[in-house]
Amino acid sequence: MAILDFDLNVRLRSFDLAVSIGIDRETLALVGPSGAGKTTVLKAIGGLITPDSGRITLAEEVWFDSAAGVMLAPEERSVGVVFQEYALFPHMTVRENIAYGERKGAKRTDELIERFRISGLAEAKPASLSGGERQRVALARALVRDPRVLLLDEPLSALDAHTREVVREELQELLDELGLPTILITHDFADASALAGRAGVIVGGEIRQLAPVAELARRPADAFVATLTGNNLLPAVAGPGRAGRTLVRFEDGQTIAVDRDLSGPVGVVIAPWDVKVLSGDLPRESVPPNALFGRVSALAAVRDRVEARIGPVQAECGVAEAHELGLEVGGQAWAVLDRAAVELVPLDQDAPRMLT
Amino acid sequence: MRHPRRGGGEAGFTAFLALCAGVSLTFLAVPIVALFWEAPLGEIPSLLGDPVVRDILVVTAKTNLIANLLIIGFGTPTAYLLATREFRGRTLAVTLVELPVVLPPAVAGIGLLAAFGANGLLGGVLKDAGIMIPFTQWAVVMAITFVASPFYVRQAITAFQSVDPLLPAASRTLGAGPVRTFLRVLLPLSASGLMAGWVLSFARGIGEFGATIMFAGNVQGVTQTLTLGIYEQLNGDFDLALAIGVLLVILSGAVLLTYKLISSWRSSTSI
Repeated sequence: MAILDFDLNVRLRSFDLAVSIGIDRETLALVGPSGAGKTTVLKAIGGLITPDSGRITLAEEVWFDSAAGVMLAPEERSVGVVFQEYALFPHMTVRENIAYGERKGAKRTDELIERFRISGLAEAKPASLSGGERQRVALARALVRDPRVLLLDEPLSALDAHTREVVREELQELLDELGLPTILITHDFADASALAGRAGVIVGGEIRQLAPVAELARRPADAFVATLTGNNLLPAVAGPGRAGRTLVRFEDGQTIAVDRDLSGPVGVVIAPWDVKVLSGDLPRESVPPNALFGRVSALAAVRDRVEARIGPVQAECGVAEAHELGLEVGGQAWAVLDRAAVELVPLDQDAPRMLT
Repeated sequence: MRHPRRGGGEAGFTAFLALCAGVSLTFLAVPIVALFWEAPLGEIPSLLGDPVVRDILVVTAKTNLIANLLIIGFGTPTAYLLATREFRGRTLAVTLVELPVVLPPAVAGIGLLAAFGANGLLGGVLKDAGIMIPFTQWAVVMAITFVASPFYVRQAITAFQSVDPLLPAASRTLGAGPVRTFLRVLLPLSASGLMAGWVLSFARGIGEFGATIMFAGNVQGVTQTLTLGIYEQLNGDFDLALAIGVLLVILSGAVLLTYKLISSWRSSTSI
């Protein structure tokens, strides 16, 4: 039995949310598009809504049990919540915000102000703080009662790109140090993979796949998970090939052979960094198998990497390598799909719409 | 040549607007100016020291104080319930709360009589209990409460609804129960909205006339408030009526100014 166990059913306006997960001393991310029911899970665990049925337990403590008629109020649950946009009390100073939840006789406020390096802001009102500062205040406030569970609702989405990087690292350190069962709600798989060990992909109120973050990216269960985790999803048709392999034919007629057993309309899944780029000047005879020939339609430098779009394939390589290959928009190149890295997922007719 | 013509049309239209505005403003200002013009300004202090006026002031202050305490005391929880809970009949309840705003005061008066009068719906029960409401000071309080409370309750509902629902949620997860959450988060964050509502309701209460005169009568020292006093003195001491009028104009001006100050303070402190 995990430390925090929950099995929830909540009727929402357009679908039923049904989620059942157990969490130990780990960070579990719930990743999904907005409106998938992520925040509802968080509110149910925090006691802010009453699920239609189910059970929530923390170790030996029952927080909610529809069958037994148990429903603890939020103030009776040992839970720290960092809300979306932080929900700091605007009429209170930073110190008052943090001290608000402090138990009688405890001296946690000063300690946390110190820990989060916000002593200079202690008398400021939230309105005058930057996004990163607000986030630290929200974390300090959530930890003042020494909760046994931590819930974080989009803790990074209110931050600009630069602050986000820094805060993400700080948060990672903090979560490691706390070692609490933590649920992280996010729509960004990058946040999930940086902060969480496992992630559940939630769409329309149900968990599509629950797995360690690396496995989600490498072995996505369906087309949605594949694109969410940053993979290529290339529509193709699969059928039996030679030597027990599966032959995959793309829309433009090019083919590759893979070791996955699936037939019919499929999505070919591969991470951009698993695609090897070769010069378009090479003749077909001299390129490895599973190479696709295509026009380079986009090039973008991201830090020390270059992202290239070759035909329908998104590929990534080092700056030096890209330079050596003479990649340029409008030119041509080979994209080699490493057989070991290729995954196939079934693709139905609705898939392309679902992906957006 | 289009520009000058269009400019001519524009200027003509502006002149028309200015003319209408001039007529409106003059019409609104003349009675106020006339009141100050006709009133024996120098004698106002002595007129207001008159025992009749003193009775009027005491009755007005007493009845309005009690009415306002009732309005805030019952209206605040009512507004909080209507603002934050979903339940069957909520829309009906909100409509009921707002009805007195549009109801003619005379209807409020006859309604109160029909309910609490000697032969009214509850008259028999009250009589048996030895309670007699019409034409007493309590009747004044009830008339004021009936017509003025919607102004407070409506504004209070809006004020509570404008608080980000995540803030009380955060308060609960930080160990505060519903009462502490209400007192420390909701009340401070909606305080200026509640103040604005109370100012409007107070002004309506001071100005109450129609329902009071029907339900409570116009008895000096018992039910005679400022507005009823003016009415009484129309055929008696006209100067006294004017003096009370001047007093009410000043009071109303102060109320309006307070309301505007609160409103501008609210918009400058909102986040």
